[in-house]
Amino acid sequence: MSEMVSRGRFGRFGGRYVPETLMPALEELEVAYQEARSDPAYHEELAYYLREFVGRPTPLYLAERLSDHLGVLRVYLKREDLCHTGAHKINNTLGQVLLARRLGKTRIIAETGAGQHGVATATAAALFGLDCDIYMGEEDIGRQSLNVFRMRLLGARVIPVTSGSKTLKDATNETLRDWTASVRTTHYIIGSVVGPHPFPEMIRECQSVIGREARAQILEAEGRLPDACVACVGGGSNSIGLFHPFVNDEDVELIGVEAGGRGLDTEEHGASLTAGRVGVLHGCETFLLYDDDGQIIPAHSVSAGLDYPGVGPEHAHLKDSGRARYVTVEDHDALKAFQMLSVLEGIIPAFESAHAISWLDRLAGETREAGGMKTVVLCLSGRGDKDVHQAEGLLTEMLDDEEVR
Amino acid sequence: MGDRLETCFERLRTQGRSGLFPFVTAGDPDLGFTRELLPLMTEAGADGFEIGVPFSDPLADGPTIQRSSMRSLTGGTRLSGVLEMVGEVRADIPDTPLVLMTYYNPIIAMGLSEFVRGASQVGADAVIVPDLPPEEAGALLGIMKDYPLEPVFMLAPTSTQERIELVNDVGGGFIYYVGQMGVTGARDALDSDLGATLGRINRVKNRPVLVGFGIKTPEQAAEVAGYADGVIVGSALIDVMEAEASREDKMRAACDYIASLREGLDRSKTVS
Repeated sequence: MSEMVSRGRFGRFGGRYVPETLMPALEELEVAYQEARSDPAYHEELAYYLREFVGRPTPLYLAERLSDHLGVLRVYLKREDLCHTGAHKINNTLGQVLLARRLGKTRIIAETGAGQHGVATATAAALFGLDCDIYMGEEDIGRQSLNVFRMRLLGARVIPVTSGSKTLKDATNETLRDWTASVRTTHYIIGSVVGPHPFPEMIRECQSVIGREARAQILEAEGRLPDACVACVGGGSNSIGLFHPFVNDEDVELIGVEAGGRGLDTEEHGASLTAGRVGVLHGCETFLLYDDDGQIIPAHSVSAGLDYPGVGPEHAHLKDSGRARYVTVEDHDALKAFQMLSVLEGIIPAFESAHAISWLDRLAGETREAGGMKTVVLCLSGRGDKDVHQAEGLLTEMLDDEEVR
Repeated sequence: MGDRLETCFERLRTQGRSGLFPFVTAGDPDLGFTRELLPLMTEAGADGFEIGVPFSDPLADGPTIQRSSMRSLTGGTRLSGVLEMVGEVRADIPDTPLVLMTYYNPIIAMGLSEFVRGASQVGADAVIVPDLPPEEAGALLGIMKDYPLEPVFMLAPTSTQERIELVNDVGGGFIYYVGQMGVTGARDALDSDLGATLGRINRVKNRPVLVGFGIKTPEQAAEVAGYADGVIVGSALIDVMEAEASREDKMRAACDYIASLREGLDRSKTVS
């Protein structure tokens, strides 16, 4: 009998649940990726663009006023918001575009929710003159018109997705559908550590530059490892990028912050690890939000980047094995943290990253109770410029109230 | 192989005819409709059916089946209800192969064992899970081997020789050949490589091959049937029903369409 082995597992999660049409492409991609991985020329090329084009290494910044405010935490921010295009997404799109070139693919496709991954993909495609089509839900196109224009300005075509809930999960479906038809000429750059093997592993490797730098930087600054690493988790790419190089440092607590949306007692959240169950979507087995019939429930978060009903399989494994802890922060608290970091540090964080910032309040509470001090590395995954317009509507009332007081 | 499928293909071979397997989304617009439609299409010339379980995120399907799934879900169709309907319709068409087609997550939600037991109890003959390639099917296959339920796997124009052999080895029932790259949906032209790829499959196959994805006209069906044991027609059938307003007109249009495909298939075999 021919060999029949499931590949790309993190514990019992992951795998490759895709239509047959894509299986040969994934096998080909895996081989190309393994070859690239062991080829110094690939790493040199990637390192060159990360340094000269993206602006790496990003700083690990000691947030003093934030730390003073929290009292018992010494908080270092890993400044992915300072990457070219304003978020960590470019680490992945560059790595994958270089891979696509090795594979001889001439066209790039990607899904995008808020548009950050779309912009990062369009940027990398422009850098190498590749054709680029970005699928984006009609709902999101309405919410993020500026990013739509950015992608078009960068030479990409933005294709509206009108199926299903017209958001990120549907854009992902549509990109996969395109790929089943175009796989011979086209590379699919998935935006997070989700999808069929080898995507979750490949994207984790691209994003691990965050944790590798942060680990060296904190050792340099503090002479020791941090007590905790904190990052927001939607699909989970910035968090796995920070966590992965610390996984074997058993004394470093890993904390992933999911979107609590309007509360876990509602169906309007994005907390697939905290409140979901194991299933299969978009090519991998992982924690998902679905109903008793297996139908996927659309996620909700004030932050479009956390608005996804699944999560990377490696996170599922980190949760299952107890190595990482996953918590939730609701929309309202994330907005308060968005404002707090702006006021205290002069840094406007992305709504996504604001979820991680918000958790620091509770981590400070826990630490105070236990009677100690903690050094924390937090991944500031992106800058908040993209969210300022939305925040204006949501926060003006809150700010007015405070001025009156 | 399941008795009904085996008997069906045996009969087709003896008669020198090609198999005609329509695909319908169960519960579009409601399960009562599907329940009534299948026996009528049997009379119109269908040899067996693929019964699609609607899913919120059908990533192997084009716009027609997406819309069809949405209508069915909006109408409240559940996997348990689909199984019940299969059990009911089984009484009317006792010899017609019924193949369930469902994405994996609804099976996971029901529980693998409960699904397999339920499907075989109501008289389904085979199961196709488009997002479950053989590599990931170990758990489901392990349960199915104790039941008279055949696992049908797909092959595609991109499938390598190794994958053709793998699917041939581990699959049951028949091989579902995806006749074109991309998602389901009626196309105006067939893949030009169709004959060549099917030739590769025909050299190793030890079970019948049905071709689906993209077939619309009786002429296309006849052409495909020249290389394979039969055809699966889904989106084009749903398109035909979508164009009609009343239930009666939808059923009539579906049966007329199936009859035209039947005629196209039979004529081509008589000529050759």
